[in-house]
Amino acid sequence: MDTKNIMIVGVGGQGTLLASKLLGYVLLNSGYDVKVSEVHGMSQRGGSVVTYVRFGSKVYSPVIDKGEADIILAFEKLEAARWLEYLKPGGQIIVNTQEIEPMPVITGSMEYPCELIRKMEDAGAKVDAEDFLTLASKAGSSKAVNIALMGRLSKYFPEISDEDWRNAIVATVPPKYLELNLKAFELGKNSENSVSEL
Amino acid sequence: MKELMLGNKAVARGLYEAGCKVVSSYPGTPSTEITEEAALYNEIYCEWAPNEKVALEVAHGASLGGVRSACAMKHVGLNVAADPLFTISYQGLNAGLVICVADDPGMHSSQNEQDSRHYARAAKVPMLEPSDSYEALLFTKKAFEISEKFNTPVLLKMCTRISHSQSIVETNPRIEQNQTPYVKDSAKVMMTVNSRNAHVRVEERTRKLRDYGESCDLNRVEMADTSLGIITSSTSYQYAREVFGENVSILKLGMVYPLPEKLIKDFAARVDKIIVLEELDPVIENHCRQLGIQVSGKDIFPICGEFSQNTVRECMKLKAPDTLHIEASIPGRPPVMCAGCPHRGIFYILHKKNCMVYGDIGCYTLGAVAPLNAMDLNVCMGASCSGLHGFNKAMGREGEERSVGVIGDSTFIHSGITGITDIAYNMSNSTVIILDNSITGMTGHQQNPSTGKNIKGEPAGKVDLEALCRALGYKRIRVVDPYELENVENVLTEELSAKEPSIIISRRPCVMIKGTVHNPPLKVNEDKCVGCKSCMKIGCPAISVRDKKARIDATLCIGCKVCTQMCKLGALV
Repeated sequence: MDTKNIMIVGVGGQGTLLASKLLGYVLLNSGYDVKVSEVHGMSQRGGSVVTYVRFGSKVYSPVIDKGEADIILAFEKLEAARWLEYLKPGGQIIVNTQEIEPMPVITGSMEYPCELIRKMEDAGAKVDAEDFLTLASKAGSSKAVNIALMGRLSKYFPEISDEDWRNAIVATVPPKYLELNLKAFELGKNSENSVSEL
Repeated sequence: MKELMLGNKAVARGLYEAGCKVVSSYPGTPSTEITEEAALYNEIYCEWAPNEKVALEVAHGASLGGVRSACAMKHVGLNVAADPLFTISYQGLNAGLVICVADDPGMHSSQNEQDSRHYARAAKVPMLEPSDSYEALLFTKKAFEISEKFNTPVLLKMCTRISHSQSIVETNPRIEQNQTPYVKDSAKVMMTVNSRNAHVRVEERTRKLRDYGESCDLNRVEMADTSLGIITSSTSYQYAREVFGENVSILKLGMVYPLPEKLIKDFAARVDKIIVLEELDPVIENHCRQLGIQVSGKDIFPICGEFSQNTVRECMKLKAPDTLHIEASIPGRPPVMCAGCPHRGIFYILHKKNCMVYGDIGCYTLGAVAPLNAMDLNVCMGASCSGLHGFNKAMGREGEERSVGVIGDSTFIHSGITGITDIAYNMSNSTVIILDNSITGMTGHQQNPSTGKNIKGEPAGKVDLEALCRALGYKRIRVVDPYELENVENVLTEELSAKEPSIIISRRPCVMIKGTVHNPPLKVNEDKCVGCKSCMKIGCPAISVRDKKARIDATLCIGCKVCTQMCKLGALV
């Protein structure tokens, strides 16, 4: 099979690394060749962060380039827009509608752009937007937002069974938060797409 | 057993499987996890050393003592370790020694983009370069074999995309190595005739290593269509395969010093045209040209920056994928100091007093960005101290009264002590601020000699910074809490006006250290807040102003109360 490309983007500290660990685990156990690439260090200090996950029969490059991503999983709306040029035309972007203001917005030198969901659709992306932060809170903790997003991502992988996802969650999250995360995963997967534009 | 493994963790696994017994390192992105992961194996003694020179000397000492040993560092760390490297190359070993060095093309977390391969050539030491995690594991083990076979330290060159990407590896059990007995040998003392003889041996060794590279399995030819041949290594190999699939002939080099001659010539003879695909400097390309082979390289590919598959496509005039374009102006999201970061108060006061700030390497380099804009300069580990002294010698009183050096605790131990010794010894009226946040922050929270804990978090020796500075000759040593802005300002004013060397220790642990107790988040009294934005001057990511009222993000605020000292109306409580 051709290599599939998934990008996980967000803001340093949002839990994107655990999400990529979970995804890498489930793909490895489904028999694919997998590469996961991320950058540590400076970029984690509240900066924009990106993780590349690639899988298929044989994966070469550890990174995904502009125009190559089949799916982008965005933990924050502005980050979704920032990395949109990495999406294949017609590709799927899953967006957590949470807004985290970057420093140029906090200091008032720039505005947080409006109507980003519509603009991403206008650009030619398939957008699946949801307030995953609220879903995670419903599951018991806003910190489970990463697992709620993974739940939604799982909808786009019919070839991977619920059982495999469950095993991956069991293997990657601390036992005392397991039930909470399983609930967040379910809510993320099964909630109706209720957001048009905030 | 197969698992998905980070490149750095795979190196650690390689160290483990090779029976390595001693690892000494100084943290540095993107190399840090090699040592952190190695420390999880009880069979390996691991430590954080004060700097890379010490780390390499420790690892070499362990090799002389007869056990396989290693150290890890980032590319600029090898500059610090260069002094022992060059002579260890002469002196040789008593058991395998592997030096892992991680370059950072694209400078994701570094101050320069130097190419470590030059060190292999300059120090006449073989260098291996893996292209994924599994090769990282295998090459680490191979490096020990080469090290012992040829009596030479071996450089294992990583880079950000190999160190920080995960791919599938197959692990094997550890094979313990017998300790080689230590035997006194007067030829090991590197002086005059011994060193002259050693240099001759090193040249002979390089010839043998080159012969080894002609036929070893580290370098391999993958023949396909012969209209184009690519000579490449590391991630560039992956980008070449990504673009061309299996349809192109590739000479993949796993040993990048010494480079083979016959292997390259034979490959060149089998293909119509050759390109050399390598990040940063034209090292392989220049070698090919020296052999008289016509190649294309830096005439089409850039010297600066990191490659990707699109670099290959664009430079080779191939079609790049179509992209989407969004009609919006996207604000940047630069990294920022964390909410409650103890460095913030210091940099606010330095900015307020319009000081010339000679900064250093660490999280606090972020003091250079808006709105604090409180850093003028930085160069390398420790330059804040020595560089400041030189600056003040040039500027005289005008410099002394408004310039400071700013250095973190770990960086201070690494390379600041010699600089402040120079200040004290030569009686320079210079003021150095040590930001003591009790951790090595930027690289992800490693212990250091000033924290009182070792790499495993166990109790360890602890440098007493005040006593150290006193012993070096400082009479003016002040300790401040960076959360108390007024006191910081007063102390800074006094020390800048003093006509003798001063040390200010700004002491407060990093708020991100596990177990640090935070105060409840602050609230805005909307009746008192007039939206004047005074609180915004400290650049805290937890504070914003909307609809003319300050807002505090309760998920970020840790209640440090620095902002309350900015608000004259008492609106932040």
